[in-house]
Amino acid sequence: VTVLPFRVNAAADDQIAAFTGGADMADAGITLTAPEIAENGNTVPIAVDAPGAVSIMVLATGNPTPGVATFNFGPLAGAQAASTRIRLAGTQDVVAIAKLADGSFAKASATVKVTIGGCGG
Amino acid sequence: MASGVKPRVKVPKSAAAGETVTIKSLISHKMESGQRKDKEGNLIPRSIINRFTVDFNGQSVLDMTMEAAISTNPYVQFEAIVPEAGDFVFTWYDDDGSVYDTKKSVKIA
Repeated sequence: VTVLPFRVNAAADDQIAAFTGGADMADAGITLTAPEIAENGNTVPIAVDAPGAVSIMVLATGNPTPGVATFNFGPLAGAQAASTRIRLAGTQDVVAIAKLADGSFAKASATVKVTIGGCGG
Repeated sequence: MASGVKPRVKVPKSAAAGETVTIKSLISHKMESGQRKDKEGNLIPRSIINRFTVDFNGQSVLDMTMEAAISTNPYVQFEAIVPEAGDFVFTWYDDDGSVYDTKKSVKIA
């Protein structure tokens, strides 16, 4: 599969634009926890936490398809936080964007070095 | 898919009214990403769980959209408020139209 990096990033940018409607994103208000180095890209633990968020979208900017997950929190969410395990095709930036209750957005990103990629081929 | 899919959730049996509890959920599912190829070089079609929802007595806790980058056997940990005694309902939606669900009751201590 030959996909140039800028195309991949464009796909991620498109998803971000679809989620935020092009609004500015603050750097504070969301925490993304991911390992610096992941030996196995098939299962990389990540956690997101954005107090007061309505929803949080997670993207893997270097994957063939950048979408990872979107968490929508209901009225009985004990915290606007969740953790899961994701696949990463290779070393890349993972991005999390929170939509806050007041309609603003916050963004966090983390670079994860991947030793063995998780998308097969 | 439907073969060998088994949901597992860990929920406390009882809680104080209004308490926030931690819930861990896992469902065994191969989560075929649609990116891999078989021995002959043909692309293996995508087959994943694309949505996971959690409700307590009909009120939403979490509604999660999953995409191909979620690992095999999707695991999710999150927090939920238990306002009264009742049931958590966990539902997973498969690409093939299958729906898997499980229920856990919580008592007020």
